[in-house]
Amino acid sequence: MITVIDYSVGNVRSVCNALEHIGCEAKLSCAPKDIEAAWGIVLPGVAAFGYAVSALGSLAELVKEVALAGKPLLGICVGYQMLFEESCEYGVHKGLGLISGRVVPIPPGRVIPHMGWNSVTLPADMDLFAGLGGAKHFYFAHSFCADVADAGAKIAYADYGFELTAAVQKANIYGTQFHPEKSGSAGLTVLQNFYDICKRKAQQC
Amino acid sequence: MLTRRIIPCLDVKDGRVVKGVNFLNLRDAGDPVELGARYSDTGADELVFLDITATIRSRKTIVELVRKVAENVFIPFTVGGGIRTVEQMDELLRSGAEKVSVNTAAVANPDLIAEAARRFGNQCVVLAIDARRAKTDDRGPRTEGGEQANESSRPAKWQVCVKAGSEPTDLDVVEWAARGEELGAGEILLTSMDADGTQAGYDNALNKAVTDAVNIPVIASGGAGTLEHLYDAIIEGGADAVLMASITHFENYTITQMKEYLRDRGIPMNL
Repeated sequence: MITVIDYSVGNVRSVCNALEHIGCEAKLSCAPKDIEAAWGIVLPGVAAFGYAVSALGSLAELVKEVALAGKPLLGICVGYQMLFEESCEYGVHKGLGLISGRVVPIPPGRVIPHMGWNSVTLPADMDLFAGLGGAKHFYFAHSFCADVADAGAKIAYADYGFELTAAVQKANIYGTQFHPEKSGSAGLTVLQNFYDICKRKAQQC
Repeated sequence: MLTRRIIPCLDVKDGRVVKGVNFLNLRDAGDPVELGARYSDTGADELVFLDITATIRSRKTIVELVRKVAENVFIPFTVGGGIRTVEQMDELLRSGAEKVSVNTAAVANPDLIAEAARRFGNQCVVLAIDARRAKTDDRGPRTEGGEQANESSRPAKWQVCVKAGSEPTDLDVVEWAARGEELGAGEILLTSMDADGTQAGYDNALNKAVTDAVNIPVIASGGAGTLEHLYDAIIEGGADAVLMASITHFENYTITQMKEYLRDRGIPMNL
């Protein structure tokens, strides 16, 4: 079972729908017992950074704790941005600090938000992208992006007139700036890969 | 590289997709969930569902529809039509819509855009604008050959219309679009009332005027008839995305045909 963190705002249902579509039992919850019992955790991408962090509240520590103990964690969009140390969206807000780096505005000089389908170059050593080949299009909708400063993180990039960080992976911690739940069949494969990672991990324990 | 988007638009009435005005043989264009899933499977980049009845009764139907679509469609979709409050938006987003579009209610209360952007993020908020060429501009939208008339030295003006286009306002479209961006809209869905339903091409003077004035994505809508029209809206109009109804519902062109045509003319597409 995968627990999708419920922030009580915005479109969290789509992640559950996509997980259920690939045959994964998904629970939308903010109960500590569901976070502890889950094979893996998804932090969905809704709302603004500050809102999401405050909605997570005291759960942040628990999410951090289980992630550092090895439970697979997937952050999506703002949920992905929350994996980093801080963001400057509507004031400076602290994130979970699981990956070194900051969330900064997309540099000016292009259409913002970065909205639509962009091609992501997929490194062969990121298991989130297993079976997808060298590059695929994914759906993005965001105005801020991560400036990754973590030497231990693997990174996948998209080209938006600059090298845009599209996804990261550090041990059992995964994040996608794009929305896999809204990225058609390639996105469903990413979620399937995450589900497979969670299953493998659960069987080891 | 970010691709340009192909967005089929589904007008929904009484839980069914309804046809454009000129096609008697397809009064009913099908079930919205089935049609949405088919577009998603055949390569559409996004979908727009518009509740064209927009009554209190239809609101319940549309929430139910959004739920069903979200269970079957794994590409982004926008829902619009008669949305007046942030609570209504929240219900639609929580039901699985990626974005909501506002039109009449935003004109009456521009703060609605700001309020929604603060709560949901600006990427969720689409400002829909129904534009009509101002009467003082006597050139008409197009010449017979479908070319944009540009002999006049007078700059074209468009006025914002509300209540499904039935009520003109004093607002200038270009100014209203810029104001919408300032308030926090993340995207503009720009429909030319003059071109809508004609299949004679988008109003690219309108599209250009708006895309030049804002830095957020603009979806061109109204007038798609041929593959070249899509190209022109992107190149001449500067549109980030093109919306169409008739030419996809009636299967004049498949989504793949549109994308291949645009790609072959040098436009990045998700194929």
